[in-house]
Amino acid sequence: MPEAVQVRELTRKFGDFVAVDRVSFAVEEGEIFGFLGPNGAGKTTTIKMLTGLLHPTSGSAWVAGFDVLKQIESVKANLGYMSQLFSLYPDLTVLENIQLFAGLYGVGNDRFAERRDWVLEMARLSDHGDRLTGELPLGFKQRLALGCAVLHQPPILFLDEPTSGVDPISRRNFWDLIYGFAATGTTVLVSTHYMEEAEYCHRIAVMNRGSIIALDRPAALKGAIREPILEVTVDNAPRAVETLRRAPGVLEVTMFGRAVHAMVEDRATAQREIPRLLSAAGQRVESIEPIEPSLEDVFVSFVKRAGGTVAG
Amino acid sequence: MNLTRLWAVSRKEAIQLRRDPRSLAMAFLLPVALLIFFGYAISYDVKNIEMAVLDESGSERSRALIEAFESSGYFNVIEYPASYGELDPLLDRGRVRLVLVIPPTFETDLQTVRGAAVQILLDGADANTATIAQNYATAILARYSANVVSQGRSLVLPAEAETRVWFNETLESRNMIVPGLVAVIMSIIAAMLTALTIAREWERGTMEQLSATPVQRLEVVLGKLLPYVAIGLFDVAVAIVAGLLVFDVPLRGNILLLTVLTLLFLLGALSFGMFISAAVKSQVLATQVALQTTYLPAILLSGFIFSISTMPLALRAITYAVPARYYVTVTKGIFLKGVGPGVLWVEAVAMVIFAAVGLTLAIRSFKKELA
Repeated sequence: MPEAVQVRELTRKFGDFVAVDRVSFAVEEGEIFGFLGPNGAGKTTTIKMLTGLLHPTSGSAWVAGFDVLKQIESVKANLGYMSQLFSLYPDLTVLENIQLFAGLYGVGNDRFAERRDWVLEMARLSDHGDRLTGELPLGFKQRLALGCAVLHQPPILFLDEPTSGVDPISRRNFWDLIYGFAATGTTVLVSTHYMEEAEYCHRIAVMNRGSIIALDRPAALKGAIREPILEVTVDNAPRAVETLRRAPGVLEVTMFGRAVHAMVEDRATAQREIPRLLSAAGQRVESIEPIEPSLEDVFVSFVKRAGGTVAG
Repeated sequence: MNLTRLWAVSRKEAIQLRRDPRSLAMAFLLPVALLIFFGYAISYDVKNIEMAVLDESGSERSRALIEAFESSGYFNVIEYPASYGELDPLLDRGRVRLVLVIPPTFETDLQTVRGAAVQILLDGADANTATIAQNYATAILARYSANVVSQGRSLVLPAEAETRVWFNETLESRNMIVPGLVAVIMSIIAAMLTALTIAREWERGTMEQLSATPVQRLEVVLGKLLPYVAIGLFDVAVAIVAGLLVFDVPLRGNILLLTVLTLLFLLGALSFGMFISAAVKSQVLATQVALQTTYLPAILLSGFIFSISTMPLALRAITYAVPARYYVTVTKGIFLKGVGPGVLWVEAVAMVIFAAVGLTLAIRSFKKELA
């Protein structure tokens, strides 16, 4: 498979702060490649360097076969970019925004009508072409922004936390669109801090403090966790986290709504000891079950393994 | 450079401008308001000066002199005090600005070779008006004397200065102010107009989306400039028409030359505003900086009101860096003197440099990441 994106030792410093530290990876054509990590992990900085919005301090990268350091205009002509902040022109109508980006991306008159209608339909705005973009609900704005980013049918699409701030149903719909692009051969690079979104990706680069600490398929990443995970349902999750954090044999405790996920050394011992400890602390344990690790568990585990703390 | 992209940026900018009441007001109302305000407010012309006459001669000749003052249009005789003692309060209270005292011997003195003397008292508190009033009074007296001579009296005027004012024959200060005003207003408006344009993109986060497209810096700058250049030319046209029709200012020069030089000046001034906008990245701050850096220099250091040739050397040196200075020379020269490229070539070169420097600054001030 040819490589759509190739990155070698890419680094960006802001003064003394290293935002992205010698990152290397390659993305295949048609792949959905995710960046997972908390805010400040370097996801956005990486995407900005690949889209020509930031100069790398060192390292090299090729997008669609073009060097991001030397062939910036060709790089930009071959990618679509949508950022976490909604950034179409709010004082332009839906159609005017589409027209603007068609002009900027050089979508010719022969293709324009067809592409415009496609975007309107995709964003479900066919009857609202004359509405000011600023007045649209966020979900529609994001779909329109996506539409404007792919007006020129770029082979590579960069999405920087595209679904931040929208409800889960809109988020699900948005991902259906992303799958649609990938199915037609578009390569998608997407950053997110929603763990469940990362599961939709073909491969994930887990980032923390500027480095990629793990890179693999979601299933493989989960499989790489050897330590068992127990889900403990209690009446007071925050207090249970406090208690278990100091418990022997418990490696990591994370709160998941009303439940607590505990990564432990030995499943049998923990299943016996944890209820005892919590009861002794005056807390009621409703259930304790072994579960499959989630990507959040994976993230926590890899950060620990890398010997670091979670940035953000 | 790609014209499709440039046009896309221009079109977008024009639409945004059309929907922004603040920019519209600045583009179309402010220039006219400033023109009318300054055009009427700034005037050095002194007319209908209130004066008093103490006529101790009471003769036919003295009455003729008073008549000469009254009919000049510059003076209004409102008081005829009976004695010296009544003069002081009139001047003290500012009731009159000038007092003419005609001595009892006036008529007989006129017959002598030595001639007659009259006394003129002026209120020097407003030195400017006093000077002008004095000049008018002297002129009226001179004409009166010439009249006396021509009537066969023995007065001898061995040499006479015959003054003629060129270019602004009537010495109407409005003729001087309005052409300069066009230049001053455009200096301010142009920078203010574009000061908003890039900062707005930064504040709204649209600059990033723009930067992710293949559009080049030059295309963004020129594309954004285009609608504002059109507005600027329109404003100048309105100002010129208003100058001609409302203020009766003569336009003696070549309007094409004025248009070309105006275009160059606008390019420079608009680019300068854009440079400020890109440099400070905040609409409020950019407007402030644009106003501060154009308003005072354009009014004080452009030769608009204060003559550059009478400034101290250091200040005069600074005026060379004030673009409005050259444009004021251009508008005054073309309006009043009707001069052509042969005279204005220095200004033309200055305009070209200004436009080139402005454009370069605007383009370079963009994030260099933009293609």
